[in-house]
Amino acid sequence: MNVLVPLLVVLPLVGAAITLILGRNPRLQVTISISTLSVVTGIAGILLFVVDTTGETAVVKVGGWEPPFGIVLVVDRLSAMMVVVSALILLGVLVFAIGQGIADGDRDTPVSIFHPTYLILSAGLFDAFIAGDLFNMYVGFEMLLAASYVLLTLGGTGARIRAGTTYIVVSLVSSLFFLAAIALIYGATGTVTMALLSTRIQALPLDVQIILCAALLIGFGVKAAVFPLSFWLPDSYPTAPAPVTAVFAGLLTKVGVYAIIRTDKLLFFAVPLAIPLMVVAFFTLVIGIFGALTQADVKRLLSFTLVSHIGYMIFGIAIGTQLGTGATIYYIVHHIMVQTALFVSVGLIERVGRSTSITHLGGLLKKAPFVAILFFIGALNLGGIPPFSGFLGKVALFEAGAESPNPLVYVLIGAGALTSLLTLYALMRVWNKAFWRPAADVKGYESPLLASVRESPDETGGVVTATLPKLMVAATTGLIALTVCLTVFAGPLFELSERAAVGVATPAEYIDAVFPGGAP
Amino acid sequence: MSASLTLVILMAIMYGTGVYVMLEKSLTRILIGFLLVGNATNLLIFLMSGRAGDAPIIAGGATGETTVDPVPQVLMLTAIVINFGVTAFILALIYRSWWLANLGDEGDDVTVDDEDAIEAEEAGVYHASLDEDDEAVRAQLEEAADQTDDGVHP
Repeated sequence: MNVLVPLLVVLPLVGAAITLILGRNPRLQVTISISTLSVVTGIAGILLFVVDTTGETAVVKVGGWEPPFGIVLVVDRLSAMMVVVSALILLGVLVFAIGQGIADGDRDTPVSIFHPTYLILSAGLFDAFIAGDLFNMYVGFEMLLAASYVLLTLGGTGARIRAGTTYIVVSLVSSLFFLAAIALIYGATGTVTMALLSTRIQALPLDVQIILCAALLIGFGVKAAVFPLSFWLPDSYPTAPAPVTAVFAGLLTKVGVYAIIRTDKLLFFAVPLAIPLMVVAFFTLVIGIFGALTQADVKRLLSFTLVSHIGYMIFGIAIGTQLGTGATIYYIVHHIMVQTALFVSVGLIERVGRSTSITHLGGLLKKAPFVAILFFIGALNLGGIPPFSGFLGKVALFEAGAESPNPLVYVLIGAGALTSLLTLYALMRVWNKAFWRPAADVKGYESPLLASVRESPDETGGVVTATLPKLMVAATTGLIALTVCLTVFAGPLFELSERAAVGVATPAEYIDAVFPGGAP
Repeated sequence: MSASLTLVILMAIMYGTGVYVMLEKSLTRILIGFLLVGNATNLLIFLMSGRAGDAPIIAGGATGETTVDPVPQVLMLTAIVINFGVTAFILALIYRSWWLANLGDEGDDVTVDDEDAIEAEEAGVYHASLDEDDEAVRAQLEEAADQTDDGVHP
């Protein structure tokens, strides 16, 4: 089974190389990237199943070097879950992107660069999730960031270059923080293997631990878009092509959250992080959602809700109990899926309504009833309406918080409930304006028949309407169906998250897996 | 752990100037700042290997006592490669933003007038080359005729 672990990273990289060579043959590129990601999804599924049923953490020593000297890849339940979820999402969005690329005649998404970059992004993501080594995690981060720079500036239009510049400079600074933190940690402990760090860090004086932990958290906080470091996100994500924004929104911030979980639970569990994390979570929740309320552009609005909901995960980490961590893991899975599905359905809205601004959209319920249903399910889910996973995740978080009561936790539960309601308000505003109100009420409305007559008075042809490619709709439906599955299979999934949380919260298990004979 | 004071001072200067330059508006200066800060971080990693010593090659007769710690060098090398790739990308980004600032989106498009102009120019070159060929052939014929003339009338 251990043979499968490196394949998670190797296969997408090989796929990227092949698709790069096949740049002039889009059809073959599509086949290869789809099959690569499908195989990786399958492997990830097998890994999750085996790791979960046997309860053993899969450890691979790359090149046969023993752990403190060589690189280790570690797949425990949390890593396996993250890899499965991200592989599913990457596959779904890839199908959507292909549908869009074919429909657009490949103008906005030049497919020849898109496929290799997308696969390298996947490889970086998987590498970051399964790295058992801080420096390897840094390399994974850099791989996915470099790929994301290219994807964000795809096509090189003025708006994308401007947005890309902000994103790239911010990401570079955060990477340098991460790298400097690794250097300092190596200086203090003499290793970068996480299992060994877990034991050696405990021998350091607490003030040194706090400095090292803060340096790491600043780097990860920028990536996760936690409050004081989140200003860049709503400015850079919305300008990218719809599928790219969807993947970024779903996955890139969650890598940061994943890294924060590892930092807090595996490396620096002796540092009292609960209070600072709670304060940060509070501001992330509240300020993010207030930003969302004032936006007219649906993509920007969703970016602000994305920032805001990162606060829930930080809150879950801050609670510190196993129940809290389990709820956080469930919430991460929920949020990856629902945020991606929503951004993808906004891609459909953009095609039907030719705009993403709610001041220009209208009458979409009549024009595209199926898209309306998809968006509505996603919106209710993100807003936390009872049958959906958004509600379940939030209830679990609040319950976990209420079990370890202190005044700050109650403040956060209140802020969380408020954020949930305001999210619902923001999304319902989109629903009311873009879908519910008749198209004739939109300012500057012109009936499509009139418009077509005015544009080409001599022709006798009918009204030109935007058609939705079947592949795009199918991909969006699949992603929304996945979010509904989170509700249907909430029981088993919660149990899995709890088991993953137990593994995360007991570093001894992780250390034993990497060093069967005890840490040197 | 002992470290070279020169390197520490150099690192501090590079961090300081790098951050200062990075705060400028111009993208090129941000790149220079990034290079300075990135290399300062590389120096920081390097400093973590402690005192100077022999190359970490066991075959050379060196023992663990006198060799230098090789791991920071490996980390540094990887970081340098990553910085190199990112720098190349930023240079491309700078060129692209310069292009957009000077020419705008229209810079990418070949307009109809341009196409006509290019076609006309190409046609002109073609005709000119035809004319040149004609001239050359005529000159050769005349030369040949002169020679035969010469031959007939010495």
